[in-house]
Amino acid sequence: MDRLVMRTGGWFALALLAFAAMLAARDSGFSVHMGIVSAVALGLAIYGVRTADYTAFARGLVRMPPDRGRYYDDVIRWGVIATVFWGLAGFLAGLYIALQLAFPALNLGLEYTSFGRLRPLHTSAVIFAFGGNALIATSFYVVQRTCRARLFFPALANFVFWGYQLFIVLAATGYLMGVTEGREYAEPEWYVDLWLTIVWVAYLVVFGGTILKRSEPHIYVANWFYLSFILTIAMLHIVNNLTVPVSFLGSKSYSAFAGVQDALTQWWYGHNAVGFFLTAGFLAMMYYFVPKQAERPVYSYRLSIIHFWSLIFLYIWAGPHHLHYTALPDWAQTLGMVFSIMLWMPSWGGMINGLMTLNGAWDKIRTDPIIRMMVMALAFYGMSTFEGPMMSVKAVNSLSHYTDWTIGHVHSGALGWNGMITFASLYYLAPRLWKRERLYSLRLVNWHFWLATVGIVLYAASMWVAGIMQGLMWREYGSDGYLVYAFSEVVSAMLPMYLIRAAGGLLYLSGAIIMAWNIGRTIAGSPLRVEKPMHDAAYDPAVDKPLIAQPV
Amino acid sequence: MADEKHIDPATGTELKGHEWDGIRELDTPLPRWWLWTFYATILFAIAYTIAYPAWPMIHSATQGMLGWSSRGALDKELTTREAQVAPIRKAIAETLIEALPGQPQLMQAAVEGGRAAFRVHCVQCHGSGAAGSKGYPNLNDDDWLWGGNLATIEKTIFDGVRNPDHAATRMSQMPAFGRDQLLTEPQVDDVVAYVRTISRQDRPGAAAQRGARLFADNCAVCHGPTGHGSRELGAPNLTDGIWLYGGDPDTIRETVWNSRQGVMPRWGDKLDSATVRMLAAYVHSLGGGEAAPVVATAEEVRDGGK
Repeated sequence: MDRLVMRTGGWFALALLAFAAMLAARDSGFSVHMGIVSAVALGLAIYGVRTADYTAFARGLVRMPPDRGRYYDDVIRWGVIATVFWGLAGFLAGLYIALQLAFPALNLGLEYTSFGRLRPLHTSAVIFAFGGNALIATSFYVVQRTCRARLFFPALANFVFWGYQLFIVLAATGYLMGVTEGREYAEPEWYVDLWLTIVWVAYLVVFGGTILKRSEPHIYVANWFYLSFILTIAMLHIVNNLTVPVSFLGSKSYSAFAGVQDALTQWWYGHNAVGFFLTAGFLAMMYYFVPKQAERPVYSYRLSIIHFWSLIFLYIWAGPHHLHYTALPDWAQTLGMVFSIMLWMPSWGGMINGLMTLNGAWDKIRTDPIIRMMVMALAFYGMSTFEGPMMSVKAVNSLSHYTDWTIGHVHSGALGWNGMITFASLYYLAPRLWKRERLYSLRLVNWHFWLATVGIVLYAASMWVAGIMQGLMWREYGSDGYLVYAFSEVVSAMLPMYLIRAAGGLLYLSGAIIMAWNIGRTIAGSPLRVEKPMHDAAYDPAVDKPLIAQPV
Repeated sequence: MADEKHIDPATGTELKGHEWDGIRELDTPLPRWWLWTFYATILFAIAYTIAYPAWPMIHSATQGMLGWSSRGALDKELTTREAQVAPIRKAIAETLIEALPGQPQLMQAAVEGGRAAFRVHCVQCHGSGAAGSKGYPNLNDDDWLWGGNLATIEKTIFDGVRNPDHAATRMSQMPAFGRDQLLTEPQVDDVVAYVRTISRQDRPGAAAQRGARLFADNCAVCHGPTGHGSRELGAPNLTDGIWLYGGDPDTIRETVWNSRQGVMPRWGDKLDSATVRMLAAYVHSLGGGEAAPVVATAEEVRDGGK
């Protein structure tokens, strides 16, 4: 009972404090945010009073053993739902801003719906809301199973999940109101950053605690990647968000760094957000879900060790390649470039280990649409991790930088790799978490696969053409020694490419809507969709020859 | 761990002994091509850091064997570019603008150079087709506020329009007739009605008749008794169909009430004289250029002889 009083009392005190901060706020953005914090805290206080488990309380009094399942999966179920929801929101925002670039009238003349505010909403929704929820949910799922241990401190895991959702809501509403630090992928202001820090430390405690209480002698490779992701993101987040608030009752803050140091800190963060959030974290997902879905052993243990350590050692230095030909000293640019080039093979190690895990089960690409998604994800991973080092070469960068090529590169990675591997993992998780026989429909997975793949191809191809066209037009000199094109002429030349890109985005969003339907029906426990089975070709192991010759 | 060897039947590769949630690992060696490519990128990285500025020392970084620097590369590129256009720019700078049409080759080069400079400095207001927009004159027509021959265009670009801190700037101050209570509200309406009449948009009526007298007393001193304007004063011609801000009653009323004080930067203190001259030649070539220049490309300066 003391705990109940302490907890609801604490929430109520926080609600009052946030309410006071809301009234005293210096600007409306901070005021609205404190209002949200206050409302959430008040809701939790009321929830705590109303749903206090008086039976559990009574059971605790007489020391009854707790009713423990093997694994704690409630928070993961919420995570799957949140991932689908934020994915749809993020893709929709992306489609809308793609259309804004083609048709500027869609800015609607309102500050809240202008491209500048919706763009961080899109990037944060897909990276942190969709990708982040996928990482948190899968990491909790994977770490329990590969450690054979129940999640450490389940209540804290719930705090991590719901606290993270609050972070997303604060960040997203902030962007719309113009509350931003103006740092790409690190836009949330100081108090939202502090909140995320608390949530993230709790995440580390839950994840690390589960590893510590494992019943397996060794730590599985997926958990190395998850742990490196959690630790490095904590470091990056804290250093890049060292800011001084103008007032403790206002949303605005200023960076602790200035000038080129600030730019370098930002891109050290920005590039490693790609490296440790979108690469290491998602490789962790790959290392669990690909072998599980393929029912094959991981291709090479040695490769996983070497590519893990080389990847995390090299990635952290590559950030300066975002600042080629800027005020950043030449020596730092050089190091950023060569570390990026050395990253090529360590990145590909993950692709090889993923693809070659299918050795002995290649036929599943034909018969299993989820495996097909994983293979496509790994193919796009390989492509964008080759493209990245290539674009970091100064000579290439002088053409590609500031053009839509960068946008195309990011999206072949994000849509192809992060999106596809997440979809595949969600399809794997949904029937298992809700104890269903299988997914509601495999044919719909196939539809999703093709819509997403064609969407990515349209997106990436149009942005390559657009980017190279921009780069060439900007730098073209006529024979008389003068630049040939005005900037505005280059902008108008982009229109057809922007339309193709938006079409690709529409296809990708359509695929995600099909996924939401499919997973929704699976969760609801609908009878399986009546459909022709995906694989009517018989599997004959004798015909399936591996790439490597068998010993006689 | 593995006392007895576990062989994966599908690939014939040995398995490591561990298993996590049913996942096992093969003991496949590193792919050779992978390893050698990795080594090659490391060797490339080392060689590159020897050739280019790379390693930070106590006071500065290593300069690299090639002596390359990004500033140096930029300087070299700009110098080459400047050297290419320097002779022709020198010739243009040394030729008075009135004399340019007499040298078709020089005039052609000036128009081309002006086209490039226009894209950088002028399109923001006048538009990429130089067609202007509300408040920013269209440079393709033959309606000029300050004059449309080469020399007057050059002066307008050089000294700008309504630069308060510059004596030589193009300057005209239309009074704010309504705001400053020089005319009453009904009087302003009458003047608007009259302007609508002389621009042949409305039929004459009682208001326009009253406005005619007010126009003669207040406006004719700059816009002329017939409203044809004056280039010496930068007063627009009100009888043609060309409007800088708009010819509908509401916009004319706003113009008379508050006046308009459009500004153009003086480019003489930002650009060198050759560039200003080239801009003048380009604007002149767009279609409305006056006087009688003989210009190389007939297509671009169709109406040059007007």
